[in-house]
Amino acid sequence: MDNQQKKQAQVKKEPFFRLVKRDTLPVGKVILIYAIAIVGSLLLSSIICSAFSDKNPLQFFSSLFGGAFGSSRRIWLLLQDTALLLGVAIALVPAFKMKFWNLGGNGQILVSCLAAVACMYYLGGKIPDFLVIILMTVTSILAGAIWGVLPAIFKALFNTNESLFTLMLNYIASGLVAMFISIWVKSGSGVLYPLPNGHFPNLFGSKYLLTIIVFFALAVLMFVYLKYTKQGYEISVVGDSPNTAKYIGIDVKKVIIRTMIISGALCGVVGLFVAGSIEHTVSTASANNMGFTAIMATWLAAFNPLIMMGTCGFIAFVDKGMMEVRSAFGFTNDSIANIVIGLVYFCVIACSFFITYEVKFRKPEARSTKTEGGKPL
Amino acid sequence: MFKKIASLVLALVMILGACLALGSCGGGNDTVKAALICLHGDSSTYDKNFIDAFKTACEKKGVEYTYITDIDEKTICYDKAADFADQGYDVVFADSFGHEPFMLQAAKEFPNVQFCHATGTMAHTENVSNFQNSFASIYQGRYLAGVAAGLKLLELYDTDNDGAIADEEAKIGYVGAWPYAEVVSGYTSFFLGVRSVVANATMEVRYTNSWYDEAAEKTTALALIDNGCKLISQHADSMGAPTACEERNIPNVAYNVATGKNTFVIASRIDWVPYFEYMLDCVINGKDIDTDWTGTLANGAVKITALGAAAAEGTQEKLDEIAAKLKDGSLKVFDCSKFTVKGDHLTEYMADVDTDAGFTADTNVIKTENGVTFFDESTFRSAPYFDIRIDGITEVQ
Repeated sequence: MDNQQKKQAQVKKEPFFRLVKRDTLPVGKVILIYAIAIVGSLLLSSIICSAFSDKNPLQFFSSLFGGAFGSSRRIWLLLQDTALLLGVAIALVPAFKMKFWNLGGNGQILVSCLAAVACMYYLGGKIPDFLVIILMTVTSILAGAIWGVLPAIFKALFNTNESLFTLMLNYIASGLVAMFISIWVKSGSGVLYPLPNGHFPNLFGSKYLLTIIVFFALAVLMFVYLKYTKQGYEISVVGDSPNTAKYIGIDVKKVIIRTMIISGALCGVVGLFVAGSIEHTVSTASANNMGFTAIMATWLAAFNPLIMMGTCGFIAFVDKGMMEVRSAFGFTNDSIANIVIGLVYFCVIACSFFITYEVKFRKPEARSTKTEGGKPL
Repeated sequence: MFKKIASLVLALVMILGACLALGSCGGGNDTVKAALICLHGDSSTYDKNFIDAFKTACEKKGVEYTYITDIDEKTICYDKAADFADQGYDVVFADSFGHEPFMLQAAKEFPNVQFCHATGTMAHTENVSNFQNSFASIYQGRYLAGVAAGLKLLELYDTDNDGAIADEEAKIGYVGAWPYAEVVSGYTSFFLGVRSVVANATMEVRYTNSWYDEAAEKTTALALIDNGCKLISQHADSMGAPTACEERNIPNVAYNVATGKNTFVIASRIDWVPYFEYMLDCVINGKDIDTDWTGTLANGAVKITALGAAAAEGTQEKLDEIAAKLKDGSLKVFDCSKFTVKGDHLTEYMADVDTDAGFTADTNVIKTENGVTFFDESTFRSAPYFDIRIDGITEVQ
């Protein structure tokens, strides 16, 4: 093979396909693509689940939808789970917009939950309940904010890696909870039973409604904050380019710290409701891993708090629905359900990729014409 | 575009409607329906034990049943229990200690549904007629497993056949879940079983602070082996400790499962079939379920598995002999003359039988019958209350 041929062989190596960023697709088309992805992945899931049991795919759908919407209790719980996840998602979104990767949602929820339960444990029954609730609110929001601002201070002053920092704080929070439980629970069982005082009031006779209203309202506020306020604008400038922010006179350190106080405090509100309205106790599982699950909800919603209502609702729906499928299909553990949930998320995330990018394949005729004169066309 | 989406949504709704209509058919009101709530799935030996027994009992009694696994000890337990009640189930059973307050909450809300809870402590004082506890005197099974373990130690190290081994060969290890009475009662009875064969046995206990943590159970078992333990047993629900033993070729006494490994000696287990059958019979016949039911060797709830590959010769005969004595009551596991606490034999002990947040000691549980003074475990309530640390056992926190 002489030099000329080698050269030709090299230039021939144009990639078989390449990715091209798309122009923005019309909203209708985007929704259609998502709908197809969801329906497709659920169909696939139904086949997988049926393969592992004596049930059929139709029963899969009946259980999936029945599990999420089958009774008024189930619908309330679906809305409550959606609201909590939405709370975490809107807590994470200002940080993410600033490109500050707050992976510490779990820890921030846990410490605030712990703070609220500490108030219930030490003060419950000794002072009036409304005072306990006020103290719970203050301490848990404060605890969440502190857990959020710690990594922000280190990031702002020493440029430490916030992902690692927030992750590590999750473990410390979990250790703190375990420590306090071992102090509080004298029998050594490691289970703190629900405490009798400091319960949030029912709203119109419903124990779910307050949580739902609070977090949906906060989501609207967060939308306004990010889109229409000066601080919201500063967050997106810092996220896009810290240098630009510096040149136009934004105090980047201040924005980082302020935003993480907000982010941590909002996780604190979630912890507060978990403790005061739902669990009335704390365990290392109190955060229910929402700190991580919510990350997906924020990305799928392209950081838009209003769209997050939908993405959080979808995640909660799949979760609740699959729980019923597990029961109805007689699965003796949750692994198949987890595979299915993963599969659904995978399809949805994959299609968001194809909405942003277009795959272009090498044109067949290009092979012969491309190498003329030794230059690619 | 809008029309397309609208028609797609419409189609989905129609499919959904059809699904729901199909799903809601079947299942008359006359058959009894039973539901089981499990903390973990069947990869946990503890939960698998419940699932298997539940299926067996329900199928035998012709009862319609379902179960849900991986339900945390949180409000979700109440949500599921209440949901089963909504769906017309007649009896709901939960298998983990921390499920108790949530089952109780559901029981108060649905007086016509029976809520039964294993390992709990509150039913005998709460007086909620449709809420019941149950457990088994598993200390009897663990004592037997301890005897098998002692015989194994003798087989391995008693080369001159004088029935005695050196102190360092008599050290065993125990992987505990929580420093809680259920675990303490379990390891003490196991230890007393070993001591009945190997008089100079000592035991080191380490906790994982979790009922189910395969990695932690394995590393804890390995740490015990590294610290000179010649045999390992566990009160934790995964295969972590048995796997560690298999790697190091150390004999293992398991709980709730015959591991089938080469180092497997024996396992004690609670057979829940007798209770489930009793519970279902009560529900079918409309009778009250015992508020606090205790399974024993005698009623078939306490079992030991078939001997494993590593069991010593002559173990079965010895176990049969001791099991007979335990059944007729002539042998007491917690015979106060057989163990000391800080050098003294117990004559009185106040245990926290009636659960309260302050963990108040309220009942003297030491009894004397036929000249034998013993700690009377699992008679004042089914869940264990033996939480004394006896001499010869070291806890490493």
